[in-house]
Amino acid sequence: MADRREDGMSLIVKTVTRLTLGLILLYGLYIVLHGHLTPGGGFAGGVIVALSLVHLVLAFGGRSAWKRISHSGASVMEATGALGFLALALLGLTAGFFLSNFLPEGRAFALFSAGSIPLANLAICLKVGGGLFAVFAILTIFTAETASPDGGER
Amino acid sequence: MTAYILCLILFSLGIYCAVSKRNLIKIIVGVAIAEYAVNLMFVLVGYRIGGVPPIFAAPGEAQGAMVDPLPHALVLTSIVIGLATTALLAAIAMRIYRKYGTYDVNEIRELRG
Amino acid sequence: MTHTLMPLMIAVPLGGAFLCALMGKRTRALPDAMGFLVTLLTAAGAVYSVSLVKSADTLVYSMGGWRAPVGIVLSLDGLTALMLVTVNLVAFLVAIYARGYMERYTSKRLFYGLFLLMLAGMNGVVLTGDMFNLFVFLEIASVASYALVAFGTGKQELEAAFKYGVMGTIASLFILLGIILLYARTSTLNMADMAAALAGGGGDVVPLVTGLFLAGFGLKAALVPFHAWLPDAHPSAPAPISAMLSGVLIKSLGVYAMVRVLYNVLGVAEVSETGSPFTPLIVLGILSMMVGVVLALGQWDMKRLLAYHSISQIGYVILAIGIGTPLAVLAGLFHLFNHSIFKSLLFLDSGSLEQATGTRDLRRMAGVGRKLPVTSGSTLIASMSIAGIPPFNGFWSKLLIIVAAVRAGHSWSAFWAVLASILTLASFTKVLRYGFQGGGAGKRLRELAAVPLSMKVALVLFAVICIGGGLLLLPSLRDLFLGPAADALAGGTRQLGFVLTGGAS
Repeated sequence: MADRREDGMSLIVKTVTRLTLGLILLYGLYIVLHGHLTPGGGFAGGVIVALSLVHLVLAFGGRSAWKRISHSGASVMEATGALGFLALALLGLTAGFFLSNFLPEGRAFALFSAGSIPLANLAICLKVGGGLFAVFAILTIFTAETASPDGGER
Repeated sequence: MTAYILCLILFSLGIYCAVSKRNLIKIIVGVAIAEYAVNLMFVLVGYRIGGVPPIFAAPGEAQGAMVDPLPHALVLTSIVIGLATTALLAAIAMRIYRKYGTYDVNEIRELRG
Repeated sequence: MTHTLMPLMIAVPLGGAFLCALMGKRTRALPDAMGFLVTLLTAAGAVYSVSLVKSADTLVYSMGGWRAPVGIVLSLDGLTALMLVTVNLVAFLVAIYARGYMERYTSKRLFYGLFLLMLAGMNGVVLTGDMFNLFVFLEIASVASYALVAFGTGKQELEAAFKYGVMGTIASLFILLGIILLYARTSTLNMADMAAALAGGGGDVVPLVTGLFLAGFGLKAALVPFHAWLPDAHPSAPAPISAMLSGVLIKSLGVYAMVRVLYNVLGVAEVSETGSPFTPLIVLGILSMMVGVVLALGQWDMKRLLAYHSISQIGYVILAIGIGTPLAVLAGLFHLFNHSIFKSLLFLDSGSLEQATGTRDLRRMAGVGRKLPVTSGSTLIASMSIAGIPPFNGFWSKLLIIVAAVRAGHSWSAFWAVLASILTLASFTKVLRYGFQGGGAGKRLRELAAVPLSMKVALVLFAVICIGGGLLLLPSLRDLFLGPAADALAGGTRQLGFVLTGGAS
């Protein structure tokens, strides 16, 4: 039976979160992909992507959210981002230098241009987003375990 | 010039907070304030009077004097480094609370000598 | 000249760290194997870099093909090669040791992930030729070390890690502030370009920046009065991490970065035949030497004692480099290398003692010498090295420092150096007597745990280098290894000019 202290925030917040979650994620990805054209890039876009997931956890409350999202997925995302960036850097060796731009440059100001920079931005987004979300996950799960349970569930 | 002096004052405030407060969390906040003050100063160093943002909107378009874009990229890196450090210090502080039962620096003194 | 080895020295540990973190849970043996393999590769690369420097004198690598001063460059000269060998050799032997020691901690994959990250950061610090890149790698290595100090998550480890973390972050902020002021004055971040711009007349900002760097890098190097974090942080860390922190981290982040910036970029300190002493370094050096050894005399906790001795020995190195004659600089760098070897060995010994007897207190450790032959033998060798007894490597470097100080006319510095040496000898006699020869109140001879083979192998290898270290002064080896390093500092602000002219081809 649901008691007064239900998990997470009110029903209005939960409904709105369900609607806006995807939009925030999309906005973050937009900033990442246009990193070579507009301000932003990997770091800022990664933080926004992480924030969309943090938004989810905050709105639905720790106990039910962590049953659906795996917090180790964040670590995997983070390590994959780092390894992806390193792979790009090593592939740059084929063009002669570590980290050099080895893909065709394309037309200026088009979306698919500037060689390997958008790919690097994507890798950084995974890394920063995954890292920030992993930090948040560790801190909230840790608090949940150390705080004295008021419902007696954990 | 006054902008730089204000940044340095903010930095000193952050350091003062970090050395004089007794609560672990307030020490972390002090370090974070100092960090942001340094980042702010870095961005201000790149400002050019009457400058425009360093973005090319269309090919071949002539801009006025642009502000220096290098500090912007470096400050992004520095902010992320600050994030990592603050997160680590916060995690350590939480664990200290679990072990010692207090956030007060004067009570967390097992190591001495 | 350029060589792909240089970015690989940073990329390989970085990749190893993330692979460890990613896959370490599925494959049990992966973290150990990764640690061993990566450190073996980087140690081999470091030795190869010495031969590269011998054949080409200096190497430049432009990242991404962007040449200096626009792009970030990696530069490899004699001093970098010396630091690379020191860092990676110690890391390799510590990785062998950690295989046995870290069995009692729960998460080896996190340990190796952080360890390899710290190694990548240190390699980056010594290889880079760009000021902000130096700061970024410095932060990578520092944050990894804060996490490693807290690795055991016991009460003392966490307290020490917090203290170290806050102080280290404030030091990094001072360094960043210095870099910002330099950038505002010279509009460039490339070390060589900055040196050229400052030589032309950057006068008013240089003293302020020197002060900021002395404070920031001085804290990383644990010089007195910035040493307060070290006696808490180094004992609390697990023994292999203590060895890495005391053995290489304070050297590559603190001493190397400081002397590289002060000598090659700012040009406030110089090396000349008649001796151009840089007084702040001499004062800090003598202070660290004396305060470190005096505070060590009263310690009964073995690792805390070793930590205070680290402060003292780094004081020796800074004093020698501050004196400013070529011989003194050579002696200081030689002592830097030697100290990495014997201090790491001492910390690894204390770790194996702690594992065997369950305590770090010398008064309760009595008479284990008979039961732990490898540990006690290597502690004996390392103690004689640090106290400066012939023919071990510490003797040669300390003698050289004292001779150089006297020759340059700094008799008072030589006097303090000799006094500190005598006190060091007294301190280690206490360690040997109480720890190994018996005469305390220990009753636990029967309960000693066996020392794993991997730990023994590492201890023996370190001891061999201790014994053979004096050979590095032979003229043929000296010109190969120590000579180019001293020349790199002697080159002053012109040294890094090869970055601008050497280019990328």
